[in-house]
Amino acid sequence: MKRVAITGAGTINALGHSVPETLSAMAEGRCGIGPLKFRDVERLQVQIGAQVQGYVEEDHWSRQQIALYDRFTQFALIAAAQAVDQSGLSIDGELADRAGVILGTSGGGLSTQDENFRVVYEEGKNRVHPFVVPRLMANAATSHVSMIHGLRGPSYAVSTACASSNHAMGQAFQMVRSGAAPVMLTGGSEAMLCFGGVKAWEGLRVMSRDACRPFCATRNGMVQGEGAAVYVFEDWDHAMARRAEILAEVAGFAMTSDASDIVMPSQDGASRAMAGALADAGLAHEEVGYINAHGTGTAANDRTECAAIAQVFGDHAARLMASSTKAMHGHCIGGTGAIELLACILALRDDVVAPTIGHQKADPECPLDVVPNEARDARVDVALSNAFAFGGLNAVLALRRV
Amino acid sequence: MSQSVKDRIIRIMAEQAVLEPGDVTPEHSLEDLGIDSIGLVEAIFSIEEEFDVEVPFNANTPQDSSFDISSVAAIIGAVEGLIAARAA
Repeated sequence: MKRVAITGAGTINALGHSVPETLSAMAEGRCGIGPLKFRDVERLQVQIGAQVQGYVEEDHWSRQQIALYDRFTQFALIAAAQAVDQSGLSIDGELADRAGVILGTSGGGLSTQDENFRVVYEEGKNRVHPFVVPRLMANAATSHVSMIHGLRGPSYAVSTACASSNHAMGQAFQMVRSGAAPVMLTGGSEAMLCFGGVKAWEGLRVMSRDACRPFCATRNGMVQGEGAAVYVFEDWDHAMARRAEILAEVAGFAMTSDASDIVMPSQDGASRAMAGALADAGLAHEEVGYINAHGTGTAANDRTECAAIAQVFGDHAARLMASSTKAMHGHCIGGTGAIELLACILALRDDVVAPTIGHQKADPECPLDVVPNEARDARVDVALSNAFAFGGLNAVLALRRV
Repeated sequence: MSQSVKDRIIRIMAEQAVLEPGDVTPEHSLEDLGIDSIGLVEAIFSIEEEFDVEVPFNANTPQDSSFDISSVAAIIGAVEGLIAARAA
């Protein structure tokens, strides 16, 4: 079994258009949530979200590229380019034949669907652009990343709602660890902040109309975000041999299914995933200093997640830090686990634990150190990143300090 | 009218080929312009939008199509035929 190094990271999300911008926003506890701006937003009851700001697609892409790239693909390509650039890898020859890309997404090209449903249903047109299918398919981002970077090995998309990115990164981790691939690009992307995307979530009655306040007694729901993060996962020895900078080690991964309810989370499924990731990494639970919680800000998730953490960590639950960065970058659905892994890197590499902002009042049902409102300087040796999806599909990654 | 159809089609083909309209002539084939099969499908979509016509074309069997795509001039002629058929 090989060790797995993270040698590159890239992102675009509501907190910034790069990893340094995003990490400094997390360290400052900045909130990326604001009024949504898109067509027909006035018909929504929920009018806030964490949109990527200052993004003009024409600044990044040609007309031909825009014809083919849905917003979720554009975000994935931007993040992947940053990650490959940071890694310093030249992907060619035999490496190109074996390296691949696995990305998570929940909605895929949802805004492409939204726009074209409007065209045929609302506007009554009988013709859509020929690239609607290649834009909307869930693997579009994966395929374009593979084409741009010449990744010719195992490549596919993973869709497990809010756990998509964690499942994707877990699969990439297993491929590098097993030796099936020396290098994998992995992470996730989501761009469903359009009228249809938010309207569908609104229907569930789990959305907040004012703010996302995970673990807070006054919390009243989740807030959607958008964006992507992509990493280079690399065989540790391969990375060392070329003297690459290693951001963190991916040490373990586990996935479980609640097999119980399509929307309500289960404590058992969550705790088995966390305990499984630690066992997979060969780590004791006392070694965990930080958990990037799923922490959606809904009544159901936060209560269940806290109970699961208490079950896995026992007395140590009171000593570790567990924050939800969704109060800053929103819930980026299929991309959220990838964006949240940045908070783990911030803790493991930069000794800064990202806060849970918007915290007003402790909830007795969430008796954790949620790092309220302000980031904290602390040395963290092991971090977990939780993702618990609708459908009861759970995926947890364990990361270790280099 | 005929001149206008020609200019509009040359503009569509030039956009697809990422060329200036002045660099596209009726004698050019799609291959000359570097327009591949998916580029052709996109160009046909643009033609349908521009002229409000239905172009009979299946990318699986382009050779069986009644819509002649052997050159820019052939496409212009075919579109003029579609416009005339619609007017009739």
